[in-house]
Amino acid sequence: MTNAPDHWPLWEIFVRTKRGLNHQHTGSLYASDAKMALENARDLYTRRQEGVSIWAVPATEITASSPADEGPFFEPTEDKVYRHPTFYPVPDGVENL
Amino acid sequence: MSNTLDRSESAAETHSVDLEQGFLDKIESETKIEPKDWMPDAYRKTLIRQIAQHAHSEVVGMQPEGNWITRAPTLHRKIGLLAKVQDECGHGLYLYSAAETLGTSREELVTALHEGRMKYSSIFNYPTLTWADIGAIGWLVDGAAIVNQISLCRTSYGPYARAMVRICKEESFHQRQGFGIMVTLAEGTVDQKAMAQDALSRWWWPSLMMFGPHDSDSAHTQSSTTWKIKRQSNDELRQRFVDITVPQAEHLGLKLPDPDLRWNADRGHYDFGEIDWDEFWRVVKGGGPCHLQRMATRKAAHENGRWVREAAAVYANKQRTNQQAA
Repeated sequence: MTNAPDHWPLWEIFVRTKRGLNHQHTGSLYASDAKMALENARDLYTRRQEGVSIWAVPATEITASSPADEGPFFEPTEDKVYRHPTFYPVPDGVENL
Repeated sequence: MSNTLDRSESAAETHSVDLEQGFLDKIESETKIEPKDWMPDAYRKTLIRQIAQHAHSEVVGMQPEGNWITRAPTLHRKIGLLAKVQDECGHGLYLYSAAETLGTSREELVTALHEGRMKYSSIFNYPTLTWADIGAIGWLVDGAAIVNQISLCRTSYGPYARAMVRICKEESFHQRQGFGIMVTLAEGTVDQKAMAQDALSRWWWPSLMMFGPHDSDSAHTQSSTTWKIKRQSNDELRQRFVDITVPQAEHLGLKLPDPDLRWNADRGHYDFGEIDWDEFWRVVKGGGPCHLQRMATRKAAHENGRWVREAAAVYANKQRTNQQAA
């Protein structure tokens, strides 16, 4: 299927709101190329200084796990309570553990 | 042989019933529905319609206000209005993004609007006749939108709820900007106060109409409520808006154009008059004074910008090809 001549690709935008924090997915937008994607993201998602850094990724480049598989895909993590510190008793009086 | 077919058909039915139950369980437990989750077709369709029409409203809404940017009375008012109109564009874009997660494209949605298959909020079909209209719009139209959007922050579809949270943060400056204009005019000259009163008298009833028909007359309310798309009824939200706004009008020393408006101590709410429902349906069906102009302006903007979109796409392609060749 050919796109219309005025078709622009979709980009997903990730913004770091301040130094020390991760980039978070903020939304999507259309742009003809990467440079425009960054500029459009700045104008759309950081009008009130909500960002110090922006990542723009073509939407086609994102691989996602499927909600339909949510159960089976994450199942190995469900019953491994021994990965949590609360599983391990600490004797009374022992500190800094 | 027929046993195998029966079993596989009923397995498919069971699976489908399971999917629907899984969806309803999420709704029941206030778990958000996210883009790739299974959802009933009707849920998907009604959300695409609602979110896209919300987006179209934001973008068309730039027109009545954009009308006064070159005639704002001070630079302070001009930059405030510019920032507000820019925000409305941004709100439209957040909402188009949310609608697209349901499996549609910007091109499809814009075409549907231009071909009259999708609507936008009829409030934007009224003209902005004076500078005071800009004050009235910010105060009343954005005010009504805020009441509606705060409620929608708890809507069941994740991307729509998140867009509402983002929009609500930005919307309160819009309302203060509008109310600030009304204050300046109401405390100004006799003519300025009269202009403010006139704008209020024209925008009050259309703002109440923004909340839609009585729920008993609304076709979509039942499924929207069951699926927690809509969290409060039209009439509840309208009542809330009236209760909030009447004291604000009193502060301005302006009169609301409703002889039946009065505080009801038993209910703990303001009683108010009946909306002119003939006018409401006439305008919803496309009879608003500026409908044709709004649509023509939208289509022209889209068509006149086509060469820019095409040139940018060609340029991007050329750059990519040159890079690959290098």
